[in-house]
Formats: sequence, C-alpha cells, structure tokens
Amino acid sequence: MNSVLSQLQPPAPHLGLDQEEDEFTSSDPSAWGSMGGFGNLARNGGVQGMSIPRVNDPTAFLDLHTDNMSSNPEAKIKIAHGTTTLAFRFQGGIIVAVDSRATAGSYIASGTVKKVIEINKFLLGTMAGGAADCQYWETYLGMQCRLYELRNKERISVAAASKILSNIVYQYKGMGLSMGTMVCGWDKTGPCIFYVDDDGQRLKGDLFSVGSGSTFAYGVLDQGYRWDLTDEEAQELGRRSIVAAGHRDAYSGNTSNVFHVRENGWEFIGNYDVNELWYEYEVKKKAAREAAAPAASPMAVEA
Amino acid sequence: MECSFGITGKDYVLIAADTSAGRSIVRMKSDENKIKTLGPHLAMAYGGEPGDTNNFAEYIERNLRLYHIRNHFPLLPPSASAWIRRTLAESIRSRKPYAVNLLLGGYDTTTDLPHLYWIDYLGTKAIVPYAAHGMGVYVSLSTMDKWWYEGMDKREGIEVLKKCVDEVEKRLTVALKFNCILIDKNGIHKIDLSEQDPIAKVEASPEETAVEAPNPPIEVGA
Repeated sequence: MNSVLSQLQPPAPHLGLDQEEDEFTSSDPSAWGSMGGFGNLARNGGVQGMSIPRVNDPTAFLDLHTDNMSSNPEAKIKIAHGTTTLAFRFQGGIIVAVDSRATAGSYIASGTVKKVIEINKFLLGTMAGGAADCQYWETYLGMQCRLYELRNKERISVAAASKILSNIVYQYKGMGLSMGTMVCGWDKTGPCIFYVDDDGQRLKGDLFSVGSGSTFAYGVLDQGYRWDLTDEEAQELGRRSIVAAGHRDAYSGNTSNVFHVRENGWEFIGNYDVNELWYEYEVKKKAAREAAAPAASPMAVEA
Repeated sequence: MECSFGITGKDYVLIAADTSAGRSIVRMKSDENKIKTLGPHLAMAYGGEPGDTNNFAEYIERNLRLYHIRNHFPLLPPSASAWIRRTLAESIRSRKPYAVNLLLGGYDTTTDLPHLYWIDYLGTKAIVPYAAHGMGVYVSLSTMDKWWYEGMDKREGIEVLKKCVDEVEKRLTVALKFNCILIDKNGIHKIDLSEQDPIAKVEASPEETAVEAPNPPIEVGA
C-alpha cells in the first residue's frame, strides 16, 4: 500500500533524499563535514531543513488555508504580519529599530515580540512578514554562519550571509513564504545592510524600512537622516521613526526595540513604550512651539 | 515602472537602464545597477520579476565567464544572444520560468560590428538597431524612430539617448534616474548622462571610465 502511495505521491521536489534519511544517516561519508555542500545547499542542490506540505500543489494548499497570498482573506489561518522595522547606516555604525506588535487579522496577538533576531555577535536580522518564516530561516542562517566560521576560521561577511538567506528564499519562491528582512552587521568592509525579501530580491543599501508601517517610518527617517548623525541623534531618529509608524499604522505599535551595531558587535540600546513616547513627543513639540512664539505682552494692547 | 534603452551606432552600442528598485509603492533604492557586464565587449540591461532578475543575470554572467575560461576567448555577441535566448526559451517551458526581459549589447571584435538584441522572457529574440524595454517603450520608441539613423557617431548617439531619457522624465509619472554604458572596440565605458559631453571624458581618460569585465583574465594550464 505504501509503495502505491509513494508512487502516486512523490517526495517533495526540493528534498532529494527521503525524509528518513538525513545527512547523518546517509551512507556517503562526503555528505557531511567540510564536503557537505555549499552553505545551505546540500550536494544534491536542495535545501535541507524545511518540509513542505505533502500534496500535489503546496502553493494551492497554502493559499486555501492561509491568508498569506491574499487571494483568500477568509482563510482560517491568519498568518502574523503587519510590522514596522528599519535600519540605517551612518557615521557611527548601524541603527536597527523595530516595533513589537504581532497581529493576526485584526487581532493583536502579542505586544512583546522580539523582531530583531540576533544571528550572532556581529549580525542582526529583522523580522517583517510571516513571523514563523523569519524566525525559522534567520535562526537557520545563524547556524550556517557558525558553520562557515568553523570551516573557514573567519567570520562571514554580511554580503555572504545575506546571500545564503536570499538563495534559500529564492528556492521557495512562489510557495508562500512571506518575509521582508534586513541583514545588518559589521564585517571587514565596515557596517553593511542588505534587504532580503520573499521575492528573492536582495539589495544593498544605507537605509531601509520594511513592513506595513514602513511608509510612515520612511517619512520621518528620510527627512531626519544624515551620514554624520551622532550616536545619540541616530538612536533617537530610529526611535522617533518607529513611534511615527506606531502612531499611524494600526498593525504596528506597543513597544520599540533599538539596537546599535558597532565595530565590536551589536548592542541592545533599549525597549521603549511607543504610546508613552508619542505623548512625550507631543508635549515637547507643544513646549517648543510656545517657547518659539513671542510671549504676548499686555503692553501691546495699550499701544 | 522599469525602463531600459539600447542604441547602436557606427562602431558602438549604448545601453541605459533606470536605477530604481523597490516593492509595491515604495522605492527602496535609487542607485541599483541593472546593467551587467558579461565580458570585455558584452553587457546587458535586465528587468522583470524581482529576484528572478538578479538570479538569472548572475547565472548568465558566470556561464559566459566559464566559456571564456575554457576557450580563452569570450563568446561573441551573436552566439551569446542565441545561448541566452535558448536559456529563456527552455525556462519558459519549465515548472518555474524566469520572468526576465533584457537588452543585450555587444561589440564583435572579429568583424568590428556593434550588435544589439531585444530579448524577452518568452524567449523572443530580435536583432535591432535601437530598442527599449519597460515603460520607455510607450514614450521613447517614437523618439528613436524619428532621431536615429544609421551610422551615427558617438556624440549623435548620446544625443538620441538623452532625448529618450528626457521624454521619460517628461511623460512618465515616476521620476527615474539612468545608468548608462558605451561598448566599443576598446571595451565598456561608463557614461554620465548628466554631463554636457560625456564622450569627451571617455576619450580623455579611457582608463578612468572603463568598466571592468566580471573578472580579470586568468592563466589556465601551464
């Protein structure tokens, strides 16, 4: 019976091996150790790590059951998305700032999500889109980066790390992955940011914002950005941009996590309540306006 | 909203491509290079589905490089165009086709002739004297029809290209910046379209404006 079934339902196309037979039980000794393929790629060219639904058309399957590809908004499984994340390069390194809200449809599933994934001491990844996809693949990226270090006695460059990730998501293109991430870090070339998304697109740049609130964050970030920002100014700009997005975008908010990447690795700057900050900024703005306006003097009426 | 142009002249090919990259309504980058150097006298401007574009371009780049290493001679433009077309034609008949359109330009050093090919994701190849891909088709093809003529010198070619870019800036709702190269018998040169006479710079300092081929030639064997 099983043989009939397996004939009707071939193993998932990306898995060259049967699922039982992983790389450690494989009889070919060159399938593991330093000869075990290139980075995430197994020697047969497939990615090992994620299984996909064992149905004829996994894409249609996902489409039917999740709201991911938006053709079926009534789907029972609402995948968590709706986010604001940003990262920018400046004189003092990289600032990474994110919000912490997770929504499933119109429901706020959590307000304390860690959307910055600490890949290693020098690499950070941000999370936008499907929370599970980002978390899973960026953790996997962390494993691959560690293996690279062990094999090459050298830290991986941000360019290479981001390319491992983009090659993985490109292999799964059109199969329903949902992620927009920024791989940020410091390598031999200095501070470096790569944007990688589920299209398989990979862009190098100085300033990115990703997620449903990204447009609002860009609005503040672009207008306040300069290369020669001081560390404090830069951290404040990151924070202020997330607050702007948290205020305007219903799917972003709660708190903001800010990280600073320098030559000796990343540092967690703090966790800030977006609502509290918003009202603080409002009070400050009002006070600044009052201070700037000339005080109305009673003498003016007399004259 | 992508856009690229190619123009041939007497002894050169010009290729220009816009430099914006983004997702849905947001432009995430305004200085992305969408022209790939494929050899000492061969380059292409590519566009289409994000992700596919870069993956396909790198695949082409590395394979043409491999050919160069194996044969100590780069694949000539006509043969390269045939191979690229065939790759796309096979791709469109596969489970997951590449959705990439490209303009391939090259200078054949054996016959001293410029070549330009218009290739789309379906595997259509057309040998053309001038061409456009993307939104530029609607506003600038007529510009080229009117101003292009056979055997133009480099400065005349640049003028036609400038007219096309100008038309795009006038009539398309998005603002695009353009990246441009010139291929002639001396190789590939960067062209700054904002300059009054970019050719003067190429003639004055060919080394400075030269675009390097993907990798320097290596000695094999010995």
